[in-house]
Amino acid sequence: MRTTAVVIGAGQSGLAMSWCLAERSIDHVVLERGEVAHTWRTERWDSFTLLTPNWQSRLPGHGYEGDDPDGFRSTGETIAFLERYATLVSPPLRTHCPVVSVRRAGDGYRIVTEQGTWDCKAVVLATGAFNIAQVPKVAAEIPSGIAQLTTAQYRNPQSLEPGGVMVVGAAASGAQIADEVQRSGRPVTLAVGEHVRAPRTYRGRDIQWWMDATGLNDERYDQVENLRRARALSSFQIAGHADRRDVDLNALTSLGVALIGRLAAVRDGKAQFSGSLRNLCELADLKQNRLLNTIDEWAATHGVSDAVDRPHRPEPTRVEASPPLGLDFGRAGIRTIVWATGFRPDYSWLDIPVLDAKGNIRHEGGVVTEAPGLYVMGLPFLRRRKSTLMDGAGDDARDLSAHLASHLATCGARN
Amino acid sequence: MANTHADKPVDNGVNVEALFGAQAALKEAPEAAKFKWRSTVEWINGTHSRSTIEGFYGLGAEQKHKKAFTFDADHPEIFAAQDAAATPVEIVLAGLASCLTAGVAAVAQARKVQLRSVSATLEAGMDVRGILGMDEDVRNGFDGIKVTYKIDADASPEDIKAIVAQSQKRSAVYDIITNPTNVTVEVA
Repeated sequence: MRTTAVVIGAGQSGLAMSWCLAERSIDHVVLERGEVAHTWRTERWDSFTLLTPNWQSRLPGHGYEGDDPDGFRSTGETIAFLERYATLVSPPLRTHCPVVSVRRAGDGYRIVTEQGTWDCKAVVLATGAFNIAQVPKVAAEIPSGIAQLTTAQYRNPQSLEPGGVMVVGAAASGAQIADEVQRSGRPVTLAVGEHVRAPRTYRGRDIQWWMDATGLNDERYDQVENLRRARALSSFQIAGHADRRDVDLNALTSLGVALIGRLAAVRDGKAQFSGSLRNLCELADLKQNRLLNTIDEWAATHGVSDAVDRPHRPEPTRVEASPPLGLDFGRAGIRTIVWATGFRPDYSWLDIPVLDAKGNIRHEGGVVTEAPGLYVMGLPFLRRRKSTLMDGAGDDARDLSAHLASHLATCGARN
Repeated sequence: MANTHADKPVDNGVNVEALFGAQAALKEAPEAAKFKWRSTVEWINGTHSRSTIEGFYGLGAEQKHKKAFTFDADHPEIFAAQDAAATPVEIVLAGLASCLTAGVAAVAQARKVQLRSVSATLEAGMDVRGILGMDEDVRNGFDGIKVTYKIDADASPEDIKAIVAQSQKRSAVYDIITNPTNVTVEVA
């Protein structure tokens, strides 16, 4: 089969791209390994919600239409939202069509799938950044009697064995899981590495309202000071609960969660933790305060200060004087470990040498310059801080579809 | 970052451009980033020994300091020793202090913060019943280290705290002390 462009993945990024390509009358097909919003259907725990409010899902040609703009979508609501968007976009879509390989063919590309082969001039990889749950090497040393699961496998506290749970990682997922598991009566020990602390609400407004209003979410990849660092940052340590409660480390320790340092090693069946917990918390507190300073300065210069609550600073993270450096799993009663240690993209089907030594795709704001006509979407800080948000897919799709169109014009492939 | 003397170039004696240049070069040639640090030691008498540090390996070749540096170590008289030099654990504190302080200067330079003075005191607790083999539940090493910096610089207290926090994040000795390291000791 022959088409001009192939979009791989039918989540928010792939659908937004399809909308933009259709606007430009660029002939294309969207290939989806499962159904629309596949990852949302298969790899989310029961209580999962989006971390951005409902209103913050402005996709090209679509937006929130319900009566709870400040609420947070559940997984089911997110799937329904994307299904409605798919109906609206009505892309040339092939579902249950896993891609086997993508390779160069002449001045274009050949996509081999389980439903046939496409030849095209441009390819958009919209398969997301969260394909494979990462588990540190130390997992292999964990005693065999302890159940281990990733955030992609975790469903709810009740499906865990009674007894202690160690959650490794304190970004949004780890903090949320620690919160609900502790509330279920299973004592949680949370191993804390680098994390990005943020309050759910600040001065009476949602943190994402501020991120949007101040323009921080729109900050571009070619404007940010340290792009490599910005792309490596974990998500805000927040949750999307109806009560808008915080799940920062102070909130968790108030529930009874025990904080320990980064899991550094397992020796003789005992865990060893880094002694750097205090500094990591200090770094997160300082970074949070810099963010709040930026917000306050913006509010003052944009005449918003009087319309919102007064500024305040959250209590610095409480860390006990000498957090434990070791733990005997048996003696501590740990029955389960939940690895909330991040995800990485899966490019095992990409037969084009554009990956770096760590398996990340080399790109300039989503443009894979080493392979003209190849684009990627939905990665952290791809083009903007919001690139991984539902709200970020639109602007990236608009920019990249424009680039794609000019690429087609230069290689004379239009029509 | 705050730089109240924008007209005067910040100079903490750190060549940040060279460090950024090294980052760029090592990105292209990651093998050159693999270093080996070395030290030799000779027993003198009692608890007194002398370490000599001269060569190391890095940037794909054997390297040498400008000269050989020696470090004596001993124990105080209350340990029935001669007190010919500082104790090894104190030298560990000195290593941590120097590493963090070098980091403070480098981070401040990168953030365009002029330092006027930097000093720190370090204190580490230890229950010596551990090393004396009197109680198996007491560890040999420190039960904690407290570092207190006094810094005079052209920056807000928050920015100074951030520099010190970043210095810890990028410190080799801080990492060596806070994380486990495999140690292999053999008799040749």
